[in-house]
Amino acid sequence: MSNSERPSKLFRNLNAKVASIPMVLTALVVFVGGTAWTVLYSFTNSKLLPRLNFVGLDQYHRLWSTSRWLVSIENLLIYGAISLVFSLVIGFLLAALLDQKIRFEDTFRTIFLYPFALSFIVTGLVWQWLLNPDFGVQRVVRDLGWTSFSFDPLYNSSIVIYGISIAALWQGTGLIMCLMLAGLRGIDEDIWKAARVDGIPTWKTYLFIVIPMMRPVFITTLVIIAAGIVKVYDLVVAQTSGGPGIASEVPAKYVYDYMFFAQNLGQGFAASTMMLLSVVIVIVPWAYLEFGGKKRG
Amino acid sequence: MRYKFLTAAFAATVALNFAGPAAATDLEVTHWWTSGGEAAAVAELAKAFDATGNHWVDGAIAGSGGTARPIMISRITGGDPMGATQFNHGRQAEELVQAGLMRDLTDIATKDKWTEIVRPKSLLDSCTIDGKIYCVPVNIHSWQWLWLSNEAFQKAGLPMPKDWNEFVADAPALEKAGIIPLAVGGQPWQASGAFDVLMAAVGGTDTFLKVYKDKDATFAAGPEIAKVFKAADDARKMAKNTNVQDWNQATNLVITGKAAGQIMGDWAQGEFQVAGKTAGKDYTCLPGLGLNEVIATGGDAFYFPLLKDEAKAKAQVVLAETLLDPKTQVAFNLKKGSLPVRGDVDLNTANDCMKKGLAILAKGAVMPWTDQLLSQDTQKQKEDLFSEFFAKPDMSVEEAQKRFAEIIGSAD
Repeated sequence: MSNSERPSKLFRNLNAKVASIPMVLTALVVFVGGTAWTVLYSFTNSKLLPRLNFVGLDQYHRLWSTSRWLVSIENLLIYGAISLVFSLVIGFLLAALLDQKIRFEDTFRTIFLYPFALSFIVTGLVWQWLLNPDFGVQRVVRDLGWTSFSFDPLYNSSIVIYGISIAALWQGTGLIMCLMLAGLRGIDEDIWKAARVDGIPTWKTYLFIVIPMMRPVFITTLVIIAAGIVKVYDLVVAQTSGGPGIASEVPAKYVYDYMFFAQNLGQGFAASTMMLLSVVIVIVPWAYLEFGGKKRG
Repeated sequence: MRYKFLTAAFAATVALNFAGPAAATDLEVTHWWTSGGEAAAVAELAKAFDATGNHWVDGAIAGSGGTARPIMISRITGGDPMGATQFNHGRQAEELVQAGLMRDLTDIATKDKWTEIVRPKSLLDSCTIDGKIYCVPVNIHSWQWLWLSNEAFQKAGLPMPKDWNEFVADAPALEKAGIIPLAVGGQPWQASGAFDVLMAAVGGTDTFLKVYKDKDATFAAGPEIAKVFKAADDARKMAKNTNVQDWNQATNLVITGKAAGQIMGDWAQGEFQVAGKTAGKDYTCLPGLGLNEVIATGGDAFYFPLLKDEAKAKAQVVLAETLLDPKTQVAFNLKKGSLPVRGDVDLNTANDCMKKGLAILAKGAVMPWTDQLLSQDTQKQKEDLFSEFFAKPDMSVEEAQKRFAEIIGSAD
């Protein structure tokens, strides 16, 4: 790129730019426009139908003094921590085990990935039955003779969110495993050979050489998991519908319930704006480090 | 020749279209009546409407009103309205009417003299907004019933209780016999509704109105309501072993004698009927929990969205008339377990429980219900509070009452 070409930069690759106009418009109108509209109306007292009648921060005051919203946030944090840590750890361990040149690798890979083919609704229903004290795990163990055995996470307010996390992990770790496996296969054989020559134990090689080399894979995985955490909704609806009581409510469900069941759009918009804000708080510093840093470095 | 034949064939089909029963129009009707008893009742409405030469296209939406209403509303606001739709009359469709999306039925109402035939009058009042009538009430449903399983009490060796207080006293003995004293399903509206019933029964009609109609937050935080919360605390202790979600599953626990009782509206009666149970012998009903025999005039009504299609608009009129027809009223309400909206129909075939209800209605002991008094927003907040209260044994009564008073204070 010399200086003389610079004025025509706008017209370079013109075809590609024209072709991307529809998507650019969609992004601007649907995503940015829709977001702006939602944020704007979150400052109004819109009920069933949107109305521009501003009430300042009232909706937000009410939101943060509602115990259901606070429970939802707490649940999201617990659920998020569990799915982040466990799906990464279990996914990586499974991938590392599969990478040991074992027999029937294809079969195992298929088995582990299979739950991912199910939707969250189906997953939720399956685990609702498995965790039901009258039909599921508890019943089976009791029938085997341990009559005092008790395992009913979905009916116990204090641990219900863990019951939901189990189902989410069962469904999601297969995909993480596959991503990790792809990452592991991308590591050059020579690195392993060199490590072996130097007499470094296998676990140390994984921890200090292979994992740092897999950084891009980890970042992709992290984005996929994080997106799944914030939007969790259908799993909860299928498994517990937020119960017992409000013990397993999540923010996305609060938004839906208040927009449509309670016919209070303003409140729903305020809640979804808060969800957006939390995503922005996580994404912006990360994007800054990831992309802003690279240019300078 | 060939052409002639074709033209004749076309002519025949066209002629058929016109010669068919007086403008047979398909009218889609959405509702959330999907349990056994409800489906049987709605089939009666469909039959009556089909008999007028039109065609009832059934648009049942499963999963109770909470799930169905958002779907209905988004269809109406989204420009794809159905021919008619169920709502609980009261404030659920208020904004749709104000936005001019619903059809004004005042003409038909005046012509057919609805004001004279519909009783109690408050039913039509809750269909009226700014002096115009927007809905056809089809039944009266009251929440204030306690359904008891005779079998469960026999098994525990107890006499049938006569009111809520006796029932609470029986709870330990029932539990000892391995019976869940009170069935409350996990859906939030059930806990919230049960509380309202307790308020009307334990607190009385005036208390109920002071809280929900006048929205007196100081009163809601006071000792009178503390008594109601004490009763709700009893109820949640009695209900702690119910592991079902849907209301009809909870009713089923009572039908099979696994649970002793359920606080549920008279729609539960349809379930007992479908299961082949006899009122008085297999199950007992206590209106107003045996403490305060009043009937709330909540219920179901049909609203008619404003349509451009003239044929459909005409069919809407036919449907509105069919719904209030004495014969339809009897057939529908017998199956549904609810009370008819007109006083001049013959209900000899009604069972014990319905007769109790009719007697209370005849005495004029009626009161409005929360659907008419509170907005959906307030209802939802109440549901959140009480579903938490019933599911969380360590939530104190005082804390719950404090939050309840806050909701009432900000209610609209």
